[in-house]
Amino acid sequence: MLNVSLTHYLVVGALLFCFGMVTVATRRNAVGVLMGIELLLNAANVNFVAFNHYLPPETWAGQTFGEVSGQVFALFVIVLAAAEAAVGLAIVLAIFQSTRNTDVRDANVMRE
Amino acid sequence: MTTRRNSVRFASWAFLTLLVLALVGFMGWRVIGPLQVQADARLGLVTLGDLVFYVLAALTLAGAAGVAFSRNVLHSAIGLLMALLGVGALYVLLSADFLAVTQLLVYIGGVLVLVLFAVMLTNRIGEVNVSNRSVGLAGGVGLFLAAAPILLFVAVRAPWPLDPARPMFPTTELIGDAFLSRWLLPFELASLLLLATLIGAVVIARKETSAE
Repeated sequence: MLNVSLTHYLVVGALLFCFGMVTVATRRNAVGVLMGIELLLNAANVNFVAFNHYLPPETWAGQTFGEVSGQVFALFVIVLAAAEAAVGLAIVLAIFQSTRNTDVRDANVMRE
Repeated sequence: MTTRRNSVRFASWAFLTLLVLALVGFMGWRVIGPLQVQADARLGLVTLGDLVFYVLAALTLAGAAGVAFSRNVLHSAIGLLMALLGVGALYVLLSADFLAVTQLLVYIGGVLVLVLFAVMLTNRIGEVNVSNRSVGLAGGVGLFLAAAPILLFVAVRAPWPLDPARPMFPTTELIGDAFLSRWLLPFELASLLLLATLIGAVVIARKETSAE
């Protein structure tokens, strides 16, 4: 029970996901919402890497690339998260320049 | 009164800084140097390795809770720092050394700095109620209580086909091989996406010049 195995990492991932979801759902500040999205992506990453470490690798075309496929997926998630953060924060700054506010409820027009 | 508050604040900041430095040191030590301590030495109920996991998991979840429930968006950013560092340290425990360093470089060095810049640029510092919530604490806790039991039930009860004897091994070479053979197309697409992101972010965030 106390010996750490796959389940413990999955529990950490699940709780991270829940905290991220609460952040996305309850924040008014757009920067806070983006922080919640980072938490969600990190929760998925913890699951990917934990599965990669604890489940048996599969083979593809006679080679066992499956030994690190979970980590490769996690790397793609990190790349996408970085892109999402850059574009998201640029949009937040653009909204702030036009409304002097980062409240997501005020961002309801595409242009003034 | 103010001096006492200031000293308390200084002590808490010093504590936080020490904690962060210890975490970074721990990650570097585990990645670079071989582990000298016997990881399966028993310490009461749990082994030493398990104890490290519990401490890191608690730190990660405390940071995430800070992101979710803090009143000030700057404190949320500090919580995000703790959560990201904790996740990176968990990667080390899962024998994902390259991923841990990438987490440190991309998330802490890139995304978190970007978030902090956005906070500083868009917030009037000291106006706490700029960053309060809309659904409120009750809605957040309700959402948490609705989602967490389902995820935890699946995580605990599902019969995962465990592969018990996986030793720790360096993964950088394997990841490079996988990127340039099996995942070549997604890898190149990711580079295209990053280029588009760079251009798009600059175009969106630059100051509007009047069209005349």
